[in-house]
Amino acid sequence: MTIGLSHYLVVAAILFTIGVFGIFVNRRNIIVILMSIELILLAVNINLVAFSVFLHDVVGQIFALFVLTVAAAEAAVGLAILVTFFRWRGDIAVDDAAVMKG
Amino acid sequence: MLPQAIAFYVLAAVTVIGALSVIFARNPVHSVLFLITDFFSAAGLFVLMGAEFLAMILLVVYVGAVAVLFLFVVMMLDVDFATLRQGFSRYLPLGGAIAFILTIEMGIVAASIAHTGAAATSSGPLTQFGSVTNAEAIGRVLYTDYVYIFQAAGMVLLVAMIGAIVLTLKHRSGAKRQNVGDQTARTEAKGMRLVTIKSGDGIEA
Repeated sequence: MTIGLSHYLVVAAILFTIGVFGIFVNRRNIIVILMSIELILLAVNINLVAFSVFLHDVVGQIFALFVLTVAAAEAAVGLAILVTFFRWRGDIAVDDAAVMKG
Repeated sequence: MLPQAIAFYVLAAVTVIGALSVIFARNPVHSVLFLITDFFSAAGLFVLMGAEFLAMILLVVYVGAVAVLFLFVVMMLDVDFATLRQGFSRYLPLGGAIAFILTIEMGIVAASIAHTGAAATSSGPLTQFGSVTNAEAIGRVLYTDYVYIFQAAGMVLLVAMIGAIVLTLKHRSGAKRQNVGDQTARTEAKGMRLVTIKSGDGIEA
């Protein structure tokens, strides 16, 4: 019943695919798409931490920290764009988002 | 080893079910709450691996900041979320097929990579880096070898903050704003008028 590296990798893989799947099926709902991206980045972090711990190298956790930072920044900017888009259009249908290009 | 295995399977199950609930929930507020559940159980997995510092950071940054930000935005936007679910069932078969293939592929890679190379010779999870705690081990590397990248991460956050403010700041033309220059330039002569009133007459403004 020893929990090895592959256990964590499989959990991360499942989480990653759920995130990709969420982007596929919620194509019109950009809020859920942003949450799916958070799930994908969480899966990446689980992978990084698992390898870091099992390969006895702390650098993986440092990288996970930076992934976390970028994920937070991405969520903030993404939601800011979403709020601006909502104010301008009155809805958040992503199908019309192509009008944003200059 | 058994309590650890039980903890792992429970946390992994909660993580996967929470992730599925995030994308299948009809109400986006529920999605955000499931996302919080997911972050909590992922933090549990981190603790199980011995990465306590990242687990706490995950809770502070994700649950404390990002999830609350999501919650604010979801509640602030007045959107009919039912119309946004159109096409959900249309994309379900193709998305499901792709997700299934991706899971199988990544599972195979994960299972094989764990038994080859450096990972195969690993003597199991290392929860203690030398004689120092996890946070201290991270700090020793982060503030020496990776100090410039650490500064760059701070810069990324600064740019993101400024970007978010610039994007959402709204200058409404009709709104009354404080003008400090006008206020301090105001003198007695400009702000006050002395009138002599004859009794019984009143004044016109």
